[in-house]
Amino acid sequence: MTTIQVFDPALCCSTGVCGVEVDQQLVGFSADVDWAKQNGADIQRFNLAQQPLVFAENAVVKSFLERSGAEALPLILIDGEVALAGRYPNRAELARWCAITLIEDKVKSSCCSGSSC
Amino acid sequence: MSDYKFLEQPPRFLFFTGKGGVGKTSIASATAIRLAEAGYQVLLVSTDPASNVAQVFGITIGNQITSIPTVPGLAALEIDPQAAAQAYRDRIVGPVRGVLPDAVVKSIEEQLSGACTTEIAAFDEFTALLTDSALTAGYQHIIFDTAPTGHTIRLLQLPGAWSGFLDKGKGDASCLGPLAGLEKQRSQYKAAVEALADPLRSRLILVARAQLATLREVARTHEELAAIGLSQQYLVVNGILPIVEAAQDSLAAAICQREQQALKTIPEVLKALPCDFIELKPFNLVGLEALRHLLLIATPIIGDDKVVTKAIQAPSLSKLVDAIANDGHGLVMLMGKGGVGKTTLAAAIAVELAQRGLLVHLTTSDPAAHLSETLNGALDNLMVSRIDPHVETERYRLQVLEAKAANLDAKGLALLEEDLRSPCTEEIAVFQAFSRVIREAGKKFVVMDTAPTGHTLLLLDATGAYHREMSRQMAGSGVHYLTPMMQLQDAKQTKVLLVTLAETTPVLEAANLQVDLRRAGIEPWAWVINNSIAATTVHSRLLRQRADNELHEIERVATIHAHRYAVVPLLKEEPVGVERLLELSVDSH
Repeated sequence: MTTIQVFDPALCCSTGVCGVEVDQQLVGFSADVDWAKQNGADIQRFNLAQQPLVFAENAVVKSFLERSGAEALPLILIDGEVALAGRYPNRAELARWCAITLIEDKVKSSCCSGSSC
Repeated sequence: MSDYKFLEQPPRFLFFTGKGGVGKTSIASATAIRLAEAGYQVLLVSTDPASNVAQVFGITIGNQITSIPTVPGLAALEIDPQAAAQAYRDRIVGPVRGVLPDAVVKSIEEQLSGACTTEIAAFDEFTALLTDSALTAGYQHIIFDTAPTGHTIRLLQLPGAWSGFLDKGKGDASCLGPLAGLEKQRSQYKAAVEALADPLRSRLILVARAQLATLREVARTHEELAAIGLSQQYLVVNGILPIVEAAQDSLAAAICQREQQALKTIPEVLKALPCDFIELKPFNLVGLEALRHLLLIATPIIGDDKVVTKAIQAPSLSKLVDAIANDGHGLVMLMGKGGVGKTTLAAAIAVELAQRGLLVHLTTSDPAAHLSETLNGALDNLMVSRIDPHVETERYRLQVLEAKAANLDAKGLALLEEDLRSPCTEEIAVFQAFSRVIREAGKKFVVMDTAPTGHTLLLLDATGAYHREMSRQMAGSGVHYLTPMMQLQDAKQTKVLLVTLAETTPVLEAANLQVDLRRAGIEPWAWVINNSIAATTVHSRLLRQRADNELHEIERVATIHAHRYAVVPLLKEEPVGVERLLELSVDSH
C-alpha cells in the first residue's frame, strides 16, 4: 500500500493562528487528509516544531532542509520519494496517489465531479 | 490558628496566585512555617523566579525536596520555570541540534520559547507533586506559591489537544506545539487537574493589593478558574497601609484613601469570597523571624516617628523626554507587565512632547477610557486614539474562526477556540491594530502604551506572514519598505522604554522582557521606574521603610539593567489631565 508522508513546517501554535493571515490552504488540506484517510489512505503528518527528529532521521528530508531551508516546506514523500514540495496537494492529487476513485465523493461534492457541471 | 480565614482547616494543597510583586511567595512561606510549627509535615514549593526561599532559610534548596533544619517538619523545593522550559525545549530540540541546519533548529526553538511553553513546562513539574503518592506521601500539606492559569488547565483538559500527537505518536498539523515535549501520560495530567478541582484537596488563594487594576485582574482569574471547577477560593489583600499612617503625612493619607476606595469598590464577584487583609509591615520580609510575624495581626509600631526621608536624587522623566524630543519624530513604545503604569507614562511623555510644540499621536490600549478622553483636544498638537484590546481580539478571533471553523470537527474547533484565548492572540491582535499608526512615526511622534514581545516579533518574522502582509499593504504607496521588526530594531526610529516598579519581582520581570527583546535584536532605550516612594519626601514610618527598600532596586536598574533611566514619583492624586501628567516628569528634588 502507498504511504504518504507529509512534512509540515513549524506552526507556532496548534492551529497556526499566530500567523497574521490564516492559512486557508492548510485548513483545506487537513480536511482532505481526513477524507483520504476515511477512504483507506495511509497518510502520516509530521510537524517540524514537534517531531524534528523524524525530519533529521530521514535522509531525503534532511538534505531537502539543508538545501532549501524550512521555508521551502511542506514536503510530501510517497513511499520515501519526493512527490511534491512547497505546497500542499489538492484532493484530486491525493486521490490519484492513493488510487481512490473520486466517484464515492460525487454525491456530496457540489461541483465539477458531478454530472451537473 | 484561625485568625485568617484562608488558614482555617486547610486542605492538603494550597495554591497562592496573583501577579508578580503582590507577595505570594512571602505569604506562602509564612503559611508553610505556620503549619509546620503547628506540628504538620509541610512541603513548600516555590516557582518564583525571584525566590528568596533558600535565602530565608539560609540553605541551598534547588530542584529537589530539601528539609529545612531551622523549621522542624518543613521541607522546600524550588522549581525554576525558565530552566524547566529549557529542559523541555532540549528534549525536543536536543536530538536534532547539529543534525538539522542551524536556521531550522533556531526556528524550532523559537516556536517553543513563548510564555505558554514556560507555563506548561512548570505545570509538568507540578504534576508529580499532585499525583505521585510515593514522592509526597509524608506531607500533610503541600503549599505552592503559584497556580497554573486557566488557559493551561483548559488546554490539558481538551481531548483534541491529545488525540493526534500523544496518543498515537503520530503528528497532525493541528496538534499542540507546547504539549509535544510533555513526558507524562495524559492520565497523569488528568489526575493532576482533578486534584486541583477537588475542593476537599485543593484551596486557591488569590493574592491582590488594594488597587483597582489588581483587584480587577484577580476577579478575572477567579472567574476563569472557578469556571474550570476550582471552586474553593479565598482572597487575600496584602500590603494595606494602616489607616493610622494617614496622620503621618499627606502622601500616606492619599494612599490610604485610594486603597480604602479600591476596597469599597471591589469587583462584585470577589465579594462572595472569604477575604483576609494583611497590613503593610514595618520590616523587610526577609528571614524566618520576619515571616513568622507576617501573619500576626498586631504588629507593634516601634521607632522614631520624627525622621523625614528626603527624596532621592534620580534622573527625571523630563530628562528622558529631552533626549526623545531631539530627534523631531519617531516611535516611542512603553513596555512592561500589567499594572506598572504604562498608559499613564505614555500619556505623560506625549503631553511633555506636545508641550514642546512637537506633533504627537498618543495611542493607548487603556481599558478605562478616561485617560484618553481627558486628553483628547486638550492640546493642539496632540492627537489621541484608543485601541480596545477586547474589541480587537474579538475581531481577530471571529476572522480566524470564520476562515477555519467550517472545516473542523468538534474537537478541532474546541482546540482552535482555546488557542484563540491564549495571551499571544491578544498581543498579536492588539499589535496588528497598532501597526496601522506606526507608519506615522516618520513624520511625527507616535507614543504607544504597549509593545510586542520579542517572541511574538520573531514568530511573525519567522513565519514571514507579517512580512508579506506589510509589503502587500505598502505596495504602491511609495513608502520605504519596512517590516515592524525592522523598524523596531532601528534605534533611530524606535525607542522602547521598559516600565517597572522599584520592587524585586517587577524589576526581574522587566529584565526578562529585556532579554526577550534582545533576542529579537531590539535594545530597550531606557527604563522608567514608576510610582516610586523613594522619589518623594515622606514622614510615615511605613512609607520610609518602603522607600528604603526601593533604593536597592533602583540601584540595580541604574547599574545593571538600563542604559539610561528615570524615576517617577508616586503622586498624591491620580495623574489624570494635562496638569497632573506634567507633574510626573518634573525633577523630584
